[in-house]
Amino acid sequence: MLNASLKELSDALAQKKISSVELAQLFLDRIGRLNGELNAFITVDAEKSLAQARTADARIARGDAQPLTGIPVAHKDIFVALGWRTTCGSKILSNFVGPYDAHVIERFNAAGAVILGKTNMDEFAMGSSSETSFYGPVKNPWDSSCVPGGSSGGSAAAIAARLAPAATGTDTGGSIRQPAALSGVCGIKPTYGRVSRYGMIAFASSLDQGGPLAKSAQDLALLLNVMAGFDVRDSTSVERSAEDYALDLDQPWPDGSTAKPLKGLRIGVPKEHFGEGLAAEVEQAIETALKEFEQLGARRVPISLPSSGLSVPAYYVIAPAEASSNLARFDGVRYGYRAPEYRDLADMYCKTRAQGFGAEVKRRILIGTYVLSHGYYDAYYLKAQKIRRLIAQDFVEAFKQCDMVMGPTSPTVAFKIGAKAADPVQMYLNDIYTIPANLAGLPGMSIPCGFGQGRLPVGLHIVGNYFAEAKMLKVAHQYQKATDWHLRAPAGIQP
Amino acid sequence: MKWEIVIGLETHAQLSTRSKMFSGSSTTFGAAPNTQANAVDIALPGVLPVANRGAVERAIRFGLAVGGSINRRSVFARKNYFYPDLPKGYQISQYELPIVQGGEIRITSPTRGEIRVQLTRAHLEEDAGKSLHEDFHGMSGIDLNRAGTPLLEIVSEPDMRSAGEAVAYAKALHRLVVEEIEICDGNMQEGSFRCDANVSVRRPGASLGTRREIKNLNSFRFLQQAIEYEVKWQIGILEDGGRIEQATVLFDPDTGETRSMRSKEDAHDYRYFPDPDLPPLVVTEEWIERIRNSMPEPLQALRHKIVAYGLSVEQANQLTASRGTSTFALSLFADAPLKEVPMLANWILGPLSAKLNEEHLDIGKQGRVLPDQLKALSKRVSDGTVSSTAATTVILPAMWSGEGSPDEIIEKRGLKQISDSGAIEKIVDDVLAANPKQVEDYRAGREKAFNSLVGQVMKASKGKANPAQVNEILKKKLAGQLLS
Repeated sequence: MLNASLKELSDALAQKKISSVELAQLFLDRIGRLNGELNAFITVDAEKSLAQARTADARIARGDAQPLTGIPVAHKDIFVALGWRTTCGSKILSNFVGPYDAHVIERFNAAGAVILGKTNMDEFAMGSSSETSFYGPVKNPWDSSCVPGGSSGGSAAAIAARLAPAATGTDTGGSIRQPAALSGVCGIKPTYGRVSRYGMIAFASSLDQGGPLAKSAQDLALLLNVMAGFDVRDSTSVERSAEDYALDLDQPWPDGSTAKPLKGLRIGVPKEHFGEGLAAEVEQAIETALKEFEQLGARRVPISLPSSGLSVPAYYVIAPAEASSNLARFDGVRYGYRAPEYRDLADMYCKTRAQGFGAEVKRRILIGTYVLSHGYYDAYYLKAQKIRRLIAQDFVEAFKQCDMVMGPTSPTVAFKIGAKAADPVQMYLNDIYTIPANLAGLPGMSIPCGFGQGRLPVGLHIVGNYFAEAKMLKVAHQYQKATDWHLRAPAGIQP
Repeated sequence: MKWEIVIGLETHAQLSTRSKMFSGSSTTFGAAPNTQANAVDIALPGVLPVANRGAVERAIRFGLAVGGSINRRSVFARKNYFYPDLPKGYQISQYELPIVQGGEIRITSPTRGEIRVQLTRAHLEEDAGKSLHEDFHGMSGIDLNRAGTPLLEIVSEPDMRSAGEAVAYAKALHRLVVEEIEICDGNMQEGSFRCDANVSVRRPGASLGTRREIKNLNSFRFLQQAIEYEVKWQIGILEDGGRIEQATVLFDPDTGETRSMRSKEDAHDYRYFPDPDLPPLVVTEEWIERIRNSMPEPLQALRHKIVAYGLSVEQANQLTASRGTSTFALSLFADAPLKEVPMLANWILGPLSAKLNEEHLDIGKQGRVLPDQLKALSKRVSDGTVSSTAATTVILPAMWSGEGSPDEIIEKRGLKQISDSGAIEKIVDDVLAANPKQVEDYRAGREKAFNSLVGQVMKASKGKANPAQVNEILKKKLAGQLLS
């Protein structure tokens, strides 16, 4: 059951080989045993999960099940869930219990999925290592001295360690894809606007996008079927008719055949993503993966994303600017943490926020406040917005020559806990290949494609055109039918 | 040497939508604290704003009415500052690209005749909540019912030259948004219409002086008093050789004085930037046309219609002072006999208006005296059943107090006119016999004596004699006596 795909779990539930309660209990037991070491979950509430599982079992018995009915799903602690403590990895929300359900949670609840718990994350999703959480760092199941990536590191680690069959995450600059890569799992950040942000605690509104993490592209498709959809409560949500992302995963690419299922697929390989800073072991694994794609019939096209070098600096203006404003509501007035002692209103604000936020969050609030300040706005914020348009334009040009863009998700494999904590710029460069998709609003995914010398996983990054998720998932699924990287599990965490 | 006063106004008009600017909660005034604040209004983690279509339409209506240009693409921006009654830590407003730019308001200046006050812009924004500093023993209470209420901020150019002109402008604007285009209820006590005045003084011909902004003036009287005080204060400083510092000031109605709240040095840096939660507000040509076609008929047009019924321009102006009155009047005139229209108009402007003012009721919503009942009454005057005096002074007030229909009141109170000429002749004969002096005077050519005799007859009939018949019979009798 631990290694089973969501389809297999769904079948087992339908055939009464296992009940939803038993399945939830199985994973809850594993969490009980292994979470102390991995710290992938911030909150687990067995009673609530089992109650949902019982409801799911009744639904299955009624013959009213949907594909995810009865399947446990772990949620990044950024999604507000009714009755669940929702901390966003921060002390400032340490006492906050969700008074409503995020749109994503509503959708999973309606599908009959079981909330398995809330996963650990970088505080307010600000980080690439899951070390900035107030609730302690998450460990990488492949090597517990390493980070799992971030900010959705708890979700990625939970899947890698088989503490959950599926999980949700959010991605502002790579926060689904980079931890998926570093933890050896799959993750997709959909096109901006696909998944409603209602109830997803905002970091940088114009970049944030929710998405699933799982063991395979097929699982991602089933999860995305539930998560994606228009929501009137999110004005940036895109109104499009529903798609079944799982429907024709097994169909070859239009020109393909059984032997060469991806014949006709043009893979754009941006030269800018293979330069300085890319670890040789990562480059090698990516090269092997691209060769495998060629075996499947795809063609490699060298492309250029000339502005991509500006993406990290532009991102570190725009994201902190929006964050500085988004996080203003955490002021100790209405909910959340409030400093126990203060002299007056200003002192209450200062102490509450000084005590309630961690160092990385404060750093970004300060950067964001600075770049929006009178006299600096044009030089930083407006200029960054111009760069953002250039980066989007790069992709418009690229997609004239290719169908997908592929490259490394992250420049290195998982690094040691603490190794980059003192050097924010080194930390920020982790997302150098993933950030452009957020700035352009494009869908991006990461799938396991090999290992480095230290037996740590490497992720292949796939960026598609707007709303091309179904195609991306198909390409990934065809690759996963021919390879078994996604089936590898870390040693030592098996039962 | 003389000083020239320069005034520009920023007016916040609360838009009359049922729900808030960016959330679905109600905007009704006066509910128990925090009962009209939902997850969005209290800025829970994860919530998002959705712009209210009705508020946008009202802003467009305003833009069309003042002849401004409607930006096809405008942008909501965040104005960032910390305050406990500002739940998100920012106010959603419009900054670089407002929905309306330009336009003008025509006013009658007390000294310069008809002038046009140019508008800079009008933009949509949300209101903040309220901080309650009383009743909490050393603490402050926060009421977020008002948080998120839709406002249209209307910014004028510094075109006014006296407190009187500022008040004339504010009144004209109030009338426009409340009566003319009906986008605001205009209740100033409840804060639905409030002004900030930017005031400076200069020597004629000099460049603009340093301005001070008087915040939150919620009555025309306070607006007048505050500007007058402020002008006097500024001139005093300058004539003593001082300098005006740019500042935001508050007006204290108790002392009649303005006092500085914060200087330019402590002005906030609001760090405006486009709100990433809200896409640019796109207004299509078709949408504007639909709004243009659904605009309420201009009061000017209603005035012309009323004059066409034969009423005076002055009466027409009075009847179109409010949208409600003009609608009521026109619906009443529409199927009344033309000769009854002046009587109906007099009733609206006289007894009915007096009662409505007394009880602070709206003519359209009062439900006490319905148009059909008024028409029934005017018919009874026309057909001679009752005198117009009885109708005006007795029956209308009785209708207001709920005594029933005009016919019921006439019956109950015995107000039916005496139109039987025999009976009237009898009374006239008695009056003539009892008043030889007046008869003598009339004969001597004193016309006044006739009126006195009419009065005597009416009195003797307890007001019930048909006045037209009384006149006729009295004239005939007096003529007969002259002949004899």
